[in-house]
Amino acid sequence: MSVHGERPILEARGLTRRFGGLVAVDNFSFSVHEGAIHGLIGPNGAGKTTTFNVISGFYAPTAGRVFFRGLDISGRKTSALAAMGLVRTFQGSTLFQEFSVLDNVRVGRHLGARAGFLSRLIGTDRLSEREADAKARETLAFFELEELAGEPVSNLPHGHQRMLGMAVALAAEPKVLLLDEPFTGMNPEETRRMMALVRRIRDRGVTVMLVEHDMQAVMNLCDTITVMNFGALLVEGAPEAVRNDPAVIEAYLGSATGNGAGDAA
Amino acid sequence: MPEPVGAMPATGTGGSIGRIAWRLRPVFLFAALAALPYLLSYSQQEIAVLLVINVLLVSSYRLLTLTGEWSLGHVVIMGVGAYASALLAKQAGVPVPLSMLLGGCMAAAVAALLSFPLFRMKGFYFLIGSFAAGEIIRLIWKRFTDPFGGPKGLKRIEPFPDIETGFLSIDFYEPVNYYFLALVVVSASLFVLYRIERSRIGLTFHAIHWQDRLAESVGVDTFRYRTLAFVIASFFAGIAGGLYAHYIGAVNPTRFSVDQMVYVLVWAIVGGTATFHGPILGVVVLTVINEIVLRALGLDTARPLIYGAILILSVLYLPNGLESLGPRLRALWQRRRGGSAAAGSEPA
Repeated sequence: MSVHGERPILEARGLTRRFGGLVAVDNFSFSVHEGAIHGLIGPNGAGKTTTFNVISGFYAPTAGRVFFRGLDISGRKTSALAAMGLVRTFQGSTLFQEFSVLDNVRVGRHLGARAGFLSRLIGTDRLSEREADAKARETLAFFELEELAGEPVSNLPHGHQRMLGMAVALAAEPKVLLLDEPFTGMNPEETRRMMALVRRIRDRGVTVMLVEHDMQAVMNLCDTITVMNFGALLVEGAPEAVRNDPAVIEAYLGSATGNGAGDAA
Repeated sequence: MPEPVGAMPATGTGGSIGRIAWRLRPVFLFAALAALPYLLSYSQQEIAVLLVINVLLVSSYRLLTLTGEWSLGHVVIMGVGAYASALLAKQAGVPVPLSMLLGGCMAAAVAALLSFPLFRMKGFYFLIGSFAAGEIIRLIWKRFTDPFGGPKGLKRIEPFPDIETGFLSIDFYEPVNYYFLALVVVSASLFVLYRIERSRIGLTFHAIHWQDRLAESVGVDTFRYRTLAFVIASFFAGIAGGLYAHYIGAVNPTRFSVDQMVYVLVWAIVGGTATFHGPILGVVVLTVINEIVLRALGLDTARPLIYGAILILSVLYLPNGLESLGPRLRALWQRRRGGSAAAGSEPA
């Protein structure tokens, strides 16, 4: 296990998000430590994705605060958060489907390839663009996708599309990477490869927080796991502790006395 | 970039002469454009001037559509450029070339202001919002006789100044001369629009179109980029407006009504918006059909009807626009050639 930083790099305090009468996230707190792989799990409808959307700036929190490297970031724009180093991925194959593989990652280099309007016009951005291309190819190589650089995304199999989604995010050089269900729809072999990649991303100094349904993957991969239920914190701790916690088992399987139907994960 | 491969020559089929000719196609194009007015009648020359201006109008419109937003206010924005340039020349005595530039800037500034309410909306809502914004501007023109001239608009707008040097004298009242002026301005504008699209800015516009959430998540400020596209498109629409105002010499609110906007939409849709040349193809082909074919048949008053029919037919049978016709025909031709070559090589 890696050494964790002491101060949390990402922290939520009393986070609440309401949609009309529905409380999707209810006074939820957690903290992610620097250098960790942190899992966020919970039964369907527990509020995991809403939490992600609030942290990453797609929704403003109804109440509560989010801190990133000690700074209050609640309600900031997604693009501003990306510029600070907080980047998320999406469920499924959310990509620029009409672009080539390389162009997808080139968009991911948006923040790194700065140039003024005029220099774009007259072409003096060539140097920074060449650099962006090199970085994009390097990122593709990290995911072993470099041979597919010229392919249209729509030709890629699902597993590769998921990796490309991560490559686009990684090209933005995040300090914290939020992965939304990275293993969904993958076969065991693909999941194993993806887990190795997530570890390597962490080893490059990126803190990872992920939402996932694949229990085995989460238990094997994460240093710390936060379990949510009905929008609120249920348990937080090391995988072994979480796995054996009666409250977690009850949330997933229903109580032993059988009065909760439960929605199995 | 979704710039398609349609512009590529059929490699290895034309021979070296064909390849040189392909390389020289800008030269041919410019030669044809230079010769064009001398092949036309006086009234056709006037139409050619308007066509060149409309090419800039529809090409600037396409830049906005790159981000995925279709506006119904583009012609009004052109009108902002026309009114601003005309008023600056008439009332402030600004020299005409400069007033056109300032007209473009005014159109861009209005667009920047409109971005704040309009880009809170997307898709259909943006479309309707842009229509409403355009109507408000048109109502302002109608309501305020001073300085906008009310429903009658502005008349006797200063023409483009003649060039008088010792041995060179160009009178821009002549359609041929104004045609060349417009051609130079529009070519330069198209070059800038093209450069923007081929740069990272264009890539970012396309990215916002296809997945704005993903673009936003890697740091693209989608509001800023949508505004940028709107402002640039409006600047060039404003330039087109200036060219129009100082050519015709009069502007009025009706000239920039939604009817005119529908023509821009038809040009863009019939031409196709996936490529840079698609909308240009649309406006050229439809203008030729309208002004030459229909006029010859005496059917030019039926323009809305026939445009409607062309729109429906093209959506049904050529959904990717006229721009997709070239690559399609080329593929067909190559298949036939390939087929006949294979047949020819077969032993008798």
